[in-house]
Amino acid sequence: MAVNFLYPDYEVSRNDDRCIACRVCERQCANEVHEFLADTNKMVSDDAKCVNCHRCVALCPTRALKIVKNNNTYKENANWSAKTMNELYRQASSGGVLLSSMGNPENYPVYFDKILLNASQVTNPSIDPLREPMETRVFLGAKPQNIERDEAGRIVNNLPPHLTLSMPMMFSAMSYGSISYNAHESLARAAEELGILYNTGEGGLHEDFYCYGKNTIVQVASGRFGVHPDYLNSGAAIEIKIGQGAKPGIGGHLPGEKIVGDISRTRMIPEGSDAISPAPHHDIYSIEDLRQLVFSLKEATNYQKPIIVKIAAVHNVAAIASGIARSGADIIAIDGFRGGTGAAPTRIRDHVGVPIELALAGVDKRLRDEGIRDNVSIVAGGSIRSSADIVKAIALGADCVYIATAALIALGCHLCRSCHTGKCNWGIATQVPDLVKRLNPEIGYKRLVNLLTAWQHEIKEMIGGMGINSIESLKGNRLMLRGVGLSEKELEILGIKYAGE
Amino acid sequence: MKEGQIRIPSGCAISGLIDKSGKRMSGEAVLRSISVMHDRSNGLGGGFAAYGIYPEYKDFYALHIFYDNSASKKSCEEFLEQHFDIINLSKIPTRKIKVITEEPLIWRYFVTPLPTKLGGSQLDEREFVAKCVFRVNTRIDGAYIFSSGKNMGVFKAVGYPEDIGRFYRLEEYEGYCFTAHGRYPTNTPGWWGGAHPFALLDYSVVHNGEISSYDANRRTIEMYGYKCTLQTDTEVITYIVDYLHRKKGLTFSETAAVIAAPFWQTIERMTPEKRETHEYLRNVFSAQLFTGPFSILVGFEGGLMALNDRLKLRSMVVGEKGDLVYIASEEAAIRIIEPNLSRVWSPMGGEPVIVRLNGDEV
Ligand code: SF4
Ligand code: SF4
Repeated sequence: MAVNFLYPDYEVSRNDDRCIACRVCERQCANEVHEFLADTNKMVSDDAKCVNCHRCVALCPTRALKIVKNNNTYKENANWSAKTMNELYRQASSGGVLLSSMGNPENYPVYFDKILLNASQVTNPSIDPLREPMETRVFLGAKPQNIERDEAGRIVNNLPPHLTLSMPMMFSAMSYGSISYNAHESLARAAEELGILYNTGEGGLHEDFYCYGKNTIVQVASGRFGVHPDYLNSGAAIEIKIGQGAKPGIGGHLPGEKIVGDISRTRMIPEGSDAISPAPHHDIYSIEDLRQLVFSLKEATNYQKPIIVKIAAVHNVAAIASGIARSGADIIAIDGFRGGTGAAPTRIRDHVGVPIELALAGVDKRLRDEGIRDNVSIVAGGSIRSSADIVKAIALGADCVYIATAALIALGCHLCRSCHTGKCNWGIATQVPDLVKRLNPEIGYKRLVNLLTAWQHEIKEMIGGMGINSIESLKGNRLMLRGVGLSEKELEILGIKYAGE
Repeated sequence: MKEGQIRIPSGCAISGLIDKSGKRMSGEAVLRSISVMHDRSNGLGGGFAAYGIYPEYKDFYALHIFYDNSASKKSCEEFLEQHFDIINLSKIPTRKIKVITEEPLIWRYFVTPLPTKLGGSQLDEREFVAKCVFRVNTRIDGAYIFSSGKNMGVFKAVGYPEDIGRFYRLEEYEGYCFTAHGRYPTNTPGWWGGAHPFALLDYSVVHNGEISSYDANRRTIEMYGYKCTLQTDTEVITYIVDYLHRKKGLTFSETAAVIAAPFWQTIERMTPEKRETHEYLRNVFSAQLFTGPFSILVGFEGGLMALNDRLKLRSMVVGEKGDLVYIASEEAAIRIIEPNLSRVWSPMGGEPVIVRLNGDEV
């Protein structure tokens, strides 16, 4: 028998004094970690199967369980870390590409955490959002070049199609297939209640969700799954997905096991066949081709919907964004390298792309330098973790942010990063009916509404403190930011001053 | 350190008056008015804008220029000669005042663009003049055009406004409209160009407050080719007014609805037609909204606009008597020149008071 080189990273620690052998953990764990031994009347667990999703921990009625980091160590080596060695063992036994999910967990700088916000003192009063109106409404879309007037001299409404949001946040693309029906329903209902939008991702739109159309962004990705005229016309905007922060340069892969029932119908592909989206759109090999797709989609929807082009933040992002801003697109979504995914090759997720803070600052500056910032709105995504991140992103130049991982955490996700296994114990990244039903959309949507409402309150407090009473006056207002622990070059790219300056 | 190298917040006093009949009055009145608010300034800058003062040259752009030395004067005049027909030039008359020191060379030119240059530039006349002003102010070291409108002029310096008025012999000018500014900067720039009013073409702005949206506004207006070299609110306000009114063709009330936009809750209560216009303006010009406290007076050819921020975080009072309309930070500054006002009121936040000469189109 071959030797198994791998030792589990985490250990299931069960306090036998507390455990009443109720077997809840056994029933809850889709990975089959827990087992009841009838002869000894005791629970045992297999650490090797544990993904550390905390489902059992959260549901154990006696708090008998915790998951702890295993302190088993290899001989210490600053160059060859345990993680590196384990990955190597895994590949040596499988011969395959390493797969991961959720966002890049590696220790790269988080620029949001090195940026501090301003507040008013004396010369300028801060504004109390409990007493004064504090506006968070934003519009996304291109601005008209000229003011037109009718014979009576009244301004003619010549606005290109745009989106109106009650707050500068949207749920970013997560396809039906990569996440469950109940997760989608939670997002759609929350978007409707909040006056914002959610995004179908590349898997098409389930017929039950057409009713949320005015709060829906329908995505067109390289696989074109589930794309048909009704779909394009059902949403408030169309997003062309060029890239994703977690896996720039490659397409998507939803394994055949997940293409079942409704998902196969929604994607318009046979049950059991893998849904593979190619790395590029095969009709977009250059920026002129993108323009053609933008206009075909506009044509298909009678010029009624704004078109979003979503790209991953890569090295040349400013120049790419400049091309997109001239392509007829109305909105650019930039996804930073810490953005989440349902499945991505580990090496790509962890090593390709750039942080959203730098990409955003660079794009905003480039578009302003070229005088074309009004052609497009910018949506920034790729690990927005809190309202403070949102305020910082907007002050750097974003019109709005995309939220995904944070929304899933609100729904119960514990970032176990095992979405690609399809056995999400929280009913989110799974299609197993018994698991899906663990996520109650009635509760789920309320949790999302709570989260974003809380963030909206916090945003109002923060901008009120700066003496600003409309989020529009924060946009690109980089004087409200100061850096700490950043180099001269980093400050230059972010376009901000050092704290104390 | 010069203004523009750092951003300096400041508090201030403002005052202005206009005679709707177009009758000209001397600069004495505005001088007395601003003197009352001595405590709102700290002697670090002040100035005046006066409209209707150059009737004999009303078709020419009056350029008021500060020079650091004769070398800067020489290079600036070379530039002017290449681009303009100079009809008249002179030193701006001043009188010696003990407390006004370190004065630059202060010159005035009445000019009109050279037809060949103007034709070649393919710009309209006002845009051509504005571009030339930017060229001088950013490229010619030691030269600074601080006034560039027709039949109007700005007079400003470092000092208390009442001293500055006497320095420039303001009482000898006659105009239909005057505005004044006394400044309370929280730092000492001590550069004459940094004093207010700030002006471009015939638009002049005096401002009291500190706009929290400054950098959002600045970065937006710079995208349209304006260069904010002074890092002051007044500068950015002037450029945005110029952009909205001159370049985008908005009326002054529409301009006010952009820079001190009504709150959404107010817009929602409007008639559908008004609502559509306001929604449109707030969408298209969202980046030109000013937040934070301000009261401003915008002078322009044929009128004056007074405007408060939308929460009215700065005081501003308007008084009326016959054809005369007075606006000031404090009522006392109006009462000193006209004790018997027929009407006095405090405009609401975001509600512009636009006064035009009788018979002028809105
Ligand atoms: S859920 Fe808790 S109490 Fe129940 S069997 Fe598992 S560890 Fe024991
Ligand atoms: S969605 Fe589910 S599987 Fe994916 S990280 Fe979260 S808890 Fe784990």
